[in-house]
Amino acid sequence: MIIPVAETNQNLYCGSFTIEGGNFNSAGIVSTSIKSILKKLGIPGDIVRKAAIVSYEAEINVVSYAKKADVTLTVDPEKVCIEVMDEGPGIPNIELAMQEGWSTADQRIREMGFGAGMGLCNIKNYSDLFDITSEVGKGTHLKMTIHKP
Amino acid sequence: MKIEKIVQALGLEVKCAKDWRDREGTGGYTGDLLSDVMGNSKEGYIWITRQVHQNIVAVASLKEHAGIILINSSEPTRDTLEKAEAEKIPIMVSDLPAFEISGKIYNLLTTAS
Repeated sequence: MIIPVAETNQNLYCGSFTIEGGNFNSAGIVSTSIKSILKKLGIPGDIVRKAAIVSYEAEINVVSYAKKADVTLTVDPEKVCIEVMDEGPGIPNIELAMQEGWSTADQRIREMGFGAGMGLCNIKNYSDLFDITSEVGKGTHLKMTIHKP
Repeated sequence: MKIEKIVQALGLEVKCAKDWRDREGTGGYTGDLLSDVMGNSKEGYIWITRQVHQNIVAVASLKEHAGIILINSSEPTRDTLEKAEAEKIPIMVSDLPAFEISGKIYNLLTTAS
């Protein structure tokens, strides 16, 4: 479900979205919307492509592991910021989860080509700033910032 | 090189989005891990894969791929075809394995210029 909430004077755009966990049929809808919004705002192509990658990877993590997530997209003159706050199992060891190839994905997820342990690495590599916090049993909070040229 | 020329040269079967065969394929990427493709492929690439489910369309669309080639005569699901049609991503099928179709596309693209 996608709910653009507001366009403010300070920001070029501020909107929120909801990702439904467990539904692979709708996986990619939020990141596709984010990409579409950024393109309409005239954000440069390389920034849009980075935002598409980080938002897609975050979306797939929510679909794979969490119950749901709230996503906020904020665009101001200097940067694009995407925050993803999920209700899910949380990550016990973030340092381990950030290692390429480390994954807790089950067989079904892996057969679809997900769960290769590359998602968080892609997010880190394609964000200029990446912050991740997590609480076991509650959820994970990602904040990705991409600076405009 | 235009998708249509690659289709003709390699005898690919175009399953959907046939109106978009005039798109330029600028390179290729072969892989079945979606995060690998997200992280390493580029805009305009032709993606070669054995994955047939609808999530490949989201990846190809977000990465602005020129098209997707399914290997070993793999059949895309109906959901995949419907989504690809809507997203204007041509899906093509080859009876060759990934190694062979990748080599042929590499040769086509590198000898074309």
